[in-house]
This record gives sequence, C-alpha cells and structure tokens, in this order.
Amino acid sequence: MSSTEINQASPLLQVQQLSIAPKKTPTRLLVNQVSFSIARGKTTCVVGESGSGKSLTALSIMGLLSKQLVLSAGKVLFNDGLSGEQDLTQLAAEDLRKIRGAKIAMIFQEPMTSLNPVLTVGYQIGESLTTHLGLRGEQLAAKIASLLDMVGIPASRANSYPDELSGGQRQRVMIAMSIACEPLLLIADEPTTALDVTVQAQILKLLDELKTRMNMGMLFITHDFGVVADIADDVVVMFRGEIVESGTKQQVLNHPQHPYTKALLACVPDVEGKNALKPIDYAWLPENQRSQSQANIMSEARL
Amino acid sequence: MTSAILVANHLIKTYTQRTGKFGFGSTLVKALDDVSISLTAGKTLAVVGESGSGKSTLARCLLQLQPLDSGEVLFAGQDLAKLEAAALRLARKNLQMIFQDPFASLNPRMRVGEIVGEGLLIHSLGTSVEQQRKVVAMLKRVGLSEADMQKYPHEFSGGQRQRVGIARALVLQPKVVVCDEPVSALDVSIQAQILLLLKELQAEMALSYLFISHDLRVVRHIADDIVVMHQGKVVEQGSVVDIYQQPQHEYTRNLLAAIPGKKAVNA
Repeated sequence: MSSTEINQASPLLQVQQLSIAPKKTPTRLLVNQVSFSIARGKTTCVVGESGSGKSLTALSIMGLLSKQLVLSAGKVLFNDGLSGEQDLTQLAAEDLRKIRGAKIAMIFQEPMTSLNPVLTVGYQIGESLTTHLGLRGEQLAAKIASLLDMVGIPASRANSYPDELSGGQRQRVMIAMSIACEPLLLIADEPTTALDVTVQAQILKLLDELKTRMNMGMLFITHDFGVVADIADDVVVMFRGEIVESGTKQQVLNHPQHPYTKALLACVPDVEGKNALKPIDYAWLPENQRSQSQANIMSEARL
Repeated sequence: MTSAILVANHLIKTYTQRTGKFGFGSTLVKALDDVSISLTAGKTLAVVGESGSGKSTLARCLLQLQPLDSGEVLFAGQDLAKLEAAALRLARKNLQMIFQDPFASLNPRMRVGEIVGEGLLIHSLGTSVEQQRKVVAMLKRVGLSEADMQKYPHEFSGGQRQRVGIARALVLQPKVVVCDEPVSALDVSIQAQILLLLKELQAEMALSYLFISHDLRVVRHIADDIVVMHQGKVVEQGSVVDIYQQPQHEYTRNLLAAIPGKKAVNA
C-alpha cells in the first residue's frame, strides 16, 4: 500500500531533458532539452508552429520516432501507479508494445489516412481489445458497441468502412480506438485541425468529458490558441525545438512572459474583430536568426 | 446594386450519388439549391458553412470550373454559364482563384517562374521579356525574390507556397478573385501574414474577393459581407457586423457558438 502511495505522488508522465536529432547530423537538435510533466486527469497543451518539434516530442513518448531520427538524450518517465516509474526510452520493443494502446494511446491528426480503408471500423476498434485484454466474440462486439455509443456513433455503424463515414465520425472512431483499453494517458496530435468548427467543438467537448470520466492525463498538440483556451489545464509553448514558456493556462494566455508567446497570441484573429491583424513578430530574436528558413526546418522535421 | 461586379442568380447544382448494394441505387444530392449572391466591386464577400454545405461547389460553379444545372452567373454583362469555350477563356483572365491546399495546387514539376507566368503565356500578354518582368514584379510584391523563380514548389514552406498561389492568381490583374479557404492549411502565425497580404493587394489592385472559409475568426477580419450556407442553401446573408452581432438563423448562431476560445473570453 505504501509503495502505491509513493507512486501516486509522482506525476503520470515526466519528460526530462528530451533531445532528438537526425541520425546523420547528431549535432542539429530538432528537439532540444524539452521537459514537462502531465498529471492524471489534467490536459497539457503543446503549442507551436509547424517544425517546432511538437509532434516529434509526442512520437518519442510512444517510441514511434522514425529510424532516421535518434533520441540523443533524455528520459520519458511513465508512472502507471502499479509497477513504479518506467523509463519508456529504455524499454524493450516487446514491453513497449504492452504499454502502447493499453496504457498510452494516441489520436492522429488526419482520420482519413490513419484508419485502414479495407477494414471495418468495428474491427479496427476491437483490435487492441483482443490484443491487450483478450476479448473475443460477443463480449468484444458488446464492448465495441458501447465504445461507439460513448463517442456518439450508432452501434450499427460498426460494420461500416471508414470511407462511409464523415470526417467528424472518422475522428470519433479514432477516439473510440484510442480509449478502448481505458488508457491512463491519451496523446492527441492536432485531432481537430482537419475538422469543421462545429465538429471541432463537439470533439473537444467529447474529449474533455472522457478525460474527466476516465481520469486520463491528456497531451494535446495544437497550433490554435482558441482550442487551448477551451481544453487546456497547462500549456507548453515550443519554438524551433525548445520550450520557450510553460505554465498554467491562465498564466500563459493572460500573462505571457516570453516575447514569442506574446507574438503568437497577437496573431490569432479575435472573434469581435476589435484588434487589427498582426503578422508574427520576430523582432525579439537576434538579427542573424530571424530569417532562418522555415521550409528547411519543416522538411527536416518530416523525415 | 449598380456596383455589383459578379452576380449569381438561382444557381442549382445536383450530384448523383450511388447508394445501396454495389451502387445500383442512386440519390440526388443538392449541392446548390437556388443560391443567389452578389459581390460588390472592391469588397470581400465571405461564404461560410461546414464541409458539405456547398461553398466550394459554389466557387467552382461561379468560375465555370463545373457546369451548372441551371441559373446564371453575370460578370461584366455576360452570362458566364452560356459562354463558348473561347469566350470563357477570355473572361477567365478577370476571374482567378486561390486554392486551399498550397501543397496540392502547384505542379511539382514546374518551376515557380513557369507557374506564375503560365497565365500570361496562355493569354499571350506581352513579349516574353515583359512577361518575365511581370512575374518578377509580382513575386516581389507577394514577398518572394527573383531567385525563387528557378525553384520548385517543394523547396518552399506552406506559407511561401500560398504566396506563389496568390502571385499566380494576381499576375493577370484580375477583377474578381475567388479564395477557397486560402489560409486554413496554414499555421496561425502564417495565417495573419497571408491575410494582411491579401488585404493590401485588394486595396492596391482594386480586387473583389469571394472568400470561402469555415473559420469565423478569419472571416471577421477580412470580409465586408457574409453569406452563410447550410446544406446547399443560403440561410442568411448581410454585413459582417450585423451577422456577428445579431445572427437571425439558428444555424448561424450554432456556427458562432462553435468558435474555439469563447470559454476563455467569457470566463
């Protein structure tokens, strides 16, 4: 009992001094000494432009980095409350596989490309249930039906193929897949970027409800401050591979300290149209770094 | 109404959708159901709605990139829907489009100089030296350099590619530009730059924009008038200020309520 109490005390996930670089040029850090932590039942939003390293950070937690990239330093400590803290970067592939999908799940940005077009959505949702929990037959069908119901899709759609569903429904299927095994941590990589505003609002509400109901920690990646304002507890702002600012939502949104956060917040168009549009301001950067080509950073990051 | 530059009356467009086993059945989907709009010269008219509401179909039908079932599109006294191919090509010089996806809408095998200059070539405007000069001037205007003419689209970032798309549309000095979600594929930081560029160019070149978007925050900043579409029908239209302050239709209210970040504003 005492050991679990100790385990409960440390947060669900701690990323410590994480650095990622391409294998060929190990000195060029794409993610540079990134540290943050996520508590149970809380949402941490990672905000930044494309190429800032936010997706790489998320992929490295799951051990899904491309072979051309290497994790050059850092730890990813995961505490499931049972077996103590584990460093995910040190785990063998087989042990990691037991955690992926079961304890840590991920929702990807594009529901069209991340679902398999030749398998029914019911099968795809059930896959992790069979693998991790050994569910089969009627039990499996019942669980799939309840999951679909939970995300607001009629259970009869389990036999549909992804192309028969709308974009919002596909994203709901992705969510059903990810929460199937009731993970402790949910990583959502821009889950609503490809969706309409109305659908986006529904999905955000759904994720927020599920997070509360299942007491999940959530790592939410986005570049939209509007979404951050709706869903975050804590915010981490990344720029060119480094964390420039982190804190609670109120701190970061209402009292941003770093000039980059201020600049990024200033270029979000407001609903009332009171503030004039502003292009992003790099005046705070040293002169020689301002024109660093974004295209280069981006193509490297997509390796 | 005298200053309207592009008027569409009673546009109807239906698609046939295969349904049932093996697609033997079919149903008609009304993508445009009696849509009438009017774009005032020098202004921006925003068309908003969710995906499937018919806003992109509207854009494509206005420019005759897709045939209409019925209805008329009046530009400079001509009904575009009834023009012959050759006459339509002439009219298109004044009607350009900026596409949504800067990654898919540029030919990966053409250099940027060729992409931007192609319109000039098709309409045989000026000698090749003059064309070259216009392309360079346009690229510079949208914030790219002369050296970029020799590059291929993959060498640019998303925002830069969208600048190329804007240069391609504007090099012909069109009167009407249809922008189909020009910033929704871009980062917030880049979005503002592109929107400001579009605004500046509008003032300089006296452009009229038909601006298609599902992001009401963006629309608030760029549009003068707004048309709300839902399931192929126009449910509400009016000036931006009126619609944002007093939305009449239930659907418009839903759209406005769905804007992310409202919670924080109210809290």
